[in-house]
Amino acid sequence: MSAAHVPLATTRSATGIPTGRLAVWWVLASEIVIFGGLLAAYVMFRLHHPHWHAEASHTNTWAGGFNTVVLLTSSLFAVLAHQAALRGDGPRAARLLYATIGGAAIFLLVKAFEWSTEISHGFTLFRDTFWSFYYTATGLHGVHVVVGMILMTLIAADARRDRNLHRVELIGTYWHFVDAVWIFLFPLFYIAR
Amino acid sequence: MSHDTAAHAAAHGSVWRRWVFSTDHKVIGCQYLFTGMAMAVIGGLMSYVFRMQLAWPDAPVPGYGVVSPGEYNALVTNHGSIMIFWVAMPVLIAALGNFLIPLMIGCDDMVFPRLNRLSYQIFLLSALVLLGSLAVPGGGFGGAWTSYPPLSAKGAYNLTPYGAPLWLVAVALEFVAFLLGGINFVTTVMNARAPGMKASYIPMVVWMIIIASILFMASVGPLVAGAVMLLFDQILGTRFFDPAGGGDPLLWQHLFWFFGHPEVYVVLLPAMGIVAEIITVFSRKKLFAYNTVLLTAAGTGVLSFLVWAHHQFVAGIDPRMAHLFTVTTLLISIPIAEMTFVFIATLYGGSITFPTPMLFALAFIAEFLIGGVTGIFLGSSGTDIYLHDTYFVLAHFHYTFFPIAIIATFAALYFWFPKMFGRMMNDTLGKIHFWGTVIPFNFIFIPLFITGMGGDHRRIYSYENFPMQMTPFLQELRIVATVSLVILLLFQVVFLFNFFWSLFRGPKAPANPWRANTLEWTAPSPPPHGNFATMPSVYRGPYEYSVPGRADDYWPQHVAN
Repeated sequence: MSAAHVPLATTRSATGIPTGRLAVWWVLASEIVIFGGLLAAYVMFRLHHPHWHAEASHTNTWAGGFNTVVLLTSSLFAVLAHQAALRGDGPRAARLLYATIGGAAIFLLVKAFEWSTEISHGFTLFRDTFWSFYYTATGLHGVHVVVGMILMTLIAADARRDRNLHRVELIGTYWHFVDAVWIFLFPLFYIAR
Repeated sequence: MSHDTAAHAAAHGSVWRRWVFSTDHKVIGCQYLFTGMAMAVIGGLMSYVFRMQLAWPDAPVPGYGVVSPGEYNALVTNHGSIMIFWVAMPVLIAALGNFLIPLMIGCDDMVFPRLNRLSYQIFLLSALVLLGSLAVPGGGFGGAWTSYPPLSAKGAYNLTPYGAPLWLVAVALEFVAFLLGGINFVTTVMNARAPGMKASYIPMVVWMIIIASILFMASVGPLVAGAVMLLFDQILGTRFFDPAGGGDPLLWQHLFWFFGHPEVYVVLLPAMGIVAEIITVFSRKKLFAYNTVLLTAAGTGVLSFLVWAHHQFVAGIDPRMAHLFTVTTLLISIPIAEMTFVFIATLYGGSITFPTPMLFALAFIAEFLIGGVTGIFLGSSGTDIYLHDTYFVLAHFHYTFFPIAIIATFAALYFWFPKMFGRMMNDTLGKIHFWGTVIPFNFIFIPLFITGMGGDHRRIYSYENFPMQMTPFLQELRIVATVSLVILLLFQVVFLFNFFWSLFRGPKAPANPWRANTLEWTAPSPPPHGNFATMPSVYRGPYEYSVPGRADDYWPQHVAN
């Protein structure tokens, strides 16, 4: 009973929706307002600071565009992993999750390259509130990428042994959210000048 | 039933596993309760120290000594933070939510028991960080619980280079704990309900905790973002909120109050739910207009997002916006008044009895009414401009928060104590505690309404520098408030004695001492790990009291007919 005790609560499903899926959507709802607050503040500031378009022109659109493609591709791998998990093919789901993690790693490498070039050109966190927003928003997003990589590693290790395959879907949902946040960050900080 | 308890106790082994690292929702609920009670003692004693300073400026406070201005600021800041974030939320929402939700919806635990334990551990860490922030060099943060920048953003201004960031980290950790807990609550109620438990059969207090949790999740995000930005301002030197560097201090006020005002309803709604449960039981009547209460609670939730800027009427807001926010702010009194009328309509014609929980529930309605009515003055931009940041505001929000966080919580504790700990509390001591709490409470804050209208500004360490505020009349009112506070605090000793004495020595409680309908009373007192011997099915709503044609005046939800 003790450690192996599984409460009935964890298996009930009065709504018919798996509990894990429900919980992930609630997590994302609370995440949306976090990024929402930050980005709404940024947009309000942007409207009052016309000089920010000059600052924004120093962000590397090519790197940001490349990273957008990388993230979208990694999201595709997450979908394929979910498909494999639905078919019950755990090892394949795990391989596809590793591909997703690879995409996340490339994303972070490009981000590191961007940050280091920008900082070496004097565009530091303190140069202007634009840059404070830029580093805070992309940094917060980067933290989410790292968390996703850790979780995917754990879930892939399980999936390889055909355990907890339903979690492949859950981490996929999270990963699409991370992707979607970037879809907002990219135009706001790179394209809109 | 008893074999169950023994088997669980044996299987659970060590004290550590059963009490410290348990995943049982009831144990976690009690952990939240005891942590919240300990924090309430600390927060209450803080108010004693600064009230003594206000009544007898610069005289040594018995048991503390002379209060310096910096200490005064740290005391009021942390009193506010503790009472809202480390007392009201953990006790009303986390402790009661954890204890009641699985029992009231007929299940054995939360859907994520380990996440639940993690949520408490993060909460405990946040409390320790907060207490630690009082002991670092420079002292605790003294920039008020609203933490307005630029004062809060620069160590050079607030002179608490470590206290301010630690305070912010503590608040952020606390938010993380409650986000995890809230997600658990909502998914539990959505998915883990007993067979037959339709949405309209869910007890009102569970609904209220769920609506509050969703409100919290939807409102806290911008402040989390704001907290990150403020922390960067404090420790990295960014200037999000510093106009000298292109930032804007008003941005913080928007991010803060977009959360801060819904927060009032986050704690109010569970209190309303508690009162709904208690008055139906002790008036033996059905809750008047269940669906309407639910709808207005949801409406309150929606409206609460549209009122935040009434905190900024004096911060340089566009008068047209002030107008708009006046209207939305006053609108929110409609659903709240509606709930109050529902309570009165429920009482009307009932067979009312007055045990301690009922007294506290009724006092909640009466006292909260004063809080609501005085809020009208502050929600209207015209009067708010005069009253802003005076003791009138302070008295107003204590008339809302004290009934919510203290009176409703006492009602809940006296009501559910038999279920929580399997013993009855002493009713006579309970009544002494009731009168010793409610009467002094009014003698603290009615004088402060008057000093507020007399121009007493909040957050002033000593009025001696303001001769106009040192008239004998105003000073006597301050002394009345302070003496009443001391009396109120002394009467809490009665409660603590009653609570802990009953915990070990109180008479054994039957499973359903109040003859109530909801599912938690079908479990043994206290419920063993796993709660129910057989998982209940639900046949009707929670408030079927005094149904004509039945021998008993109650009709439990799990009894087939």
